Amino acid sequence: INHIVHNGGLYKRPFNEAFEETPMLVAVLTYVGYGVLTLFGYLRDFMRQWKIEKCQNATEREEQKDFVPLYQDFENFYNRNLYMRIRDSWNRPICSVPGAKVDMMERVSHDYNWTFTYTGRVIKDIINMGSYNYLGFAQKAGTCQEAAAKVLSQYGAGVCSTRQEMGNLDKHEELEQLVARFLGVESAMAYGMGFATNSMNIPALVGKGCLILSDELNHASLVLGARLSGATIRIFKHNNMQSLEKLLKDAIVHGQPRTRRPWKKILILVEGIYSMEGSIVRLPEVIALKKKYKSYLYLDEAHSIGALGPSGRGVVEYFGLSPEDVDVMMGTFTKSFGAAGGYIGGKKELIDYLRTYSHSAVYATSLSPPVVEQIITSMKCIMGEDGTTVGKARVQQLAENTRYFRRRLKEMGFIIYGNEDSPVVPLMLYMPAKIGAFGREMLKRNIGVVVVGFPATPIIESRARFCLSAAHTKEMLDTALKEINEVGDLLQLKYSRHRLVPLLDRPFDETTYEETED
Amino acid sequence: MDIKSMKNYLYWLYCQFELITCSYLMEPWEKLLFYTFNFTMLVTVLYTAYVFVPVHVSMAFQFVLHLLFGNQHENTVSIVK
Repeated sequence: INHIVHNGGLYKRPFNEAFEETPMLVAVLTYVGYGVLTLFGYLRDFMRQWKIEKCQNATEREEQKDFVPLYQDFENFYNRNLYMRIRDSWNRPICSVPGAKVDMMERVSHDYNWTFTYTGRVIKDIINMGSYNYLGFAQKAGTCQEAAAKVLSQYGAGVCSTRQEMGNLDKHEELEQLVARFLGVESAMAYGMGFATNSMNIPALVGKGCLILSDELNHASLVLGARLSGATIRIFKHNNMQSLEKLLKDAIVHGQPRTRRPWKKILILVEGIYSMEGSIVRLPEVIALKKKYKSYLYLDEAHSIGALGPSGRGVVEYFGLSPEDVDVMMGTFTKSFGAAGGYIGGKKELIDYLRTYSHSAVYATSLSPPVVEQIITSMKCIMGEDGTTVGKARVQQLAENTRYFRRRLKEMGFIIYGNEDSPVVPLMLYMPAKIGAFGREMLKRNIGVVVVGFPATPIIESRARFCLSAAHTKEMLDTALKEINEVGDLLQLKYSRHRLVPLLDRPFDETTYEETED
Repeated sequence: MDIKSMKNYLYWLYCQFELITCSYLMEPWEKLLFYTFNFTMLVTVLYTAYVFVPVHVSMAFQFVLHLLFGNQHENTVSIVK
């Protein structure tokens, strides 16, 4: 489903994104399931309050019972009664490097997931479909590890200071120049934590009197940064360019809410790949809109840097655009580079300003030297500067794995969300019992998956999220696909009616209620 | 052979019922409570249907017949009398 003609030739390649609609029967049955669990939740809460059953969750102390209740809202109800029942699918402790195969410590619970005990056994060689290891740099042996070990013996592990005081090592300068060269921007700055990069730098860039246009499904770090900044936030529908244009037009025409003055700055916050949907942002259209309405663009490439594009330079290269069009390019080193931390790249004046005014630069400890060396080595490997073609081979392997895996899952009949080229593959589960059942059945078959439910997703759209890696060989993918097929038949997860609904082709206005046409 | 696959199929159907109504996640006493309640309601509905449906259906049938062919019945009755 490509919109090449509709958007005047902005796209140089087909843009295939699909979100199949929830089948009506499945939605009804999901609500039935949640209804039954809610009734039993009320029963259990009643029994806990009347001391018929032992209360094992957090409650207020006796003296505080007359204060404003702390644990009565829906989130806490959900936590006590629904999340606790399937809690064994999360927080599983792993005890090896999270590469393509991982070792996990076996846990067992005797009181229905309120407490866990370790049996002492280690489950070995579980195929890892959950780690953000897109290019396979999470390794314990190889050039990256040797370089990091050498730097560890030279610099130690701790930095013991912030960037502005005594924590600015020559390694950081080298890293920032390398990142700037990798992205094709003038200058870049690296921070110790990816979440903190977003939440601490957006307040430095915008303030009161500015407007932030943020996508519906943006990550919590972007939302937190936007709220901390004090700017006005307006949300546009996920990846919907007509909605964004409408908001931009309204902003320019009407200005600030009470005084009607023009906005000081308009900042559009989008992500490269949205990790819960697997969708890729419509970057050519966003940049066209940004130029037309003279606003700024903040692109969070946490999942797309290293994973998209013919040489791994991210979503900008994937669409064939120039990195100068994006004002602030942000990304993280956690996903494709096998390290930790985040970066922001852009014009030299912007980065010099951030070096002085960013909270993260002033107060947060800078990156640890072995981690910096891991990033430098892996980035040089991707760029091909270490003299081998390993990086290019990995990027191509990831693209092949993505296409193969998505095609096979679609053929089997599962509902898969997102773009054809995104290495994040959400498989829809919908019913709450299937969330727990899927996680446990896959672990029995030695495959580790991440299942996601409320509140990270809407309440009926729970899913299992696979993250593909260049370290997965075709045999591993075939094994995983065979097991997913088996579990899909066992749990009846093949909901797809093979009816790809095309995304709306006509413009979005007040008379449009549905995103799709029937 | 057929009985074994039939038993497997029935067990699979039971698993689907467990998953859809989320009794897969319940503790044993909750499952007992849930199944007892469901079974009781089902038995009550079936018994009520068994007692009342034939009477209601025959009354409805007679009413429809009376509506459509009521005049004809009166004629035949008067002739016999």
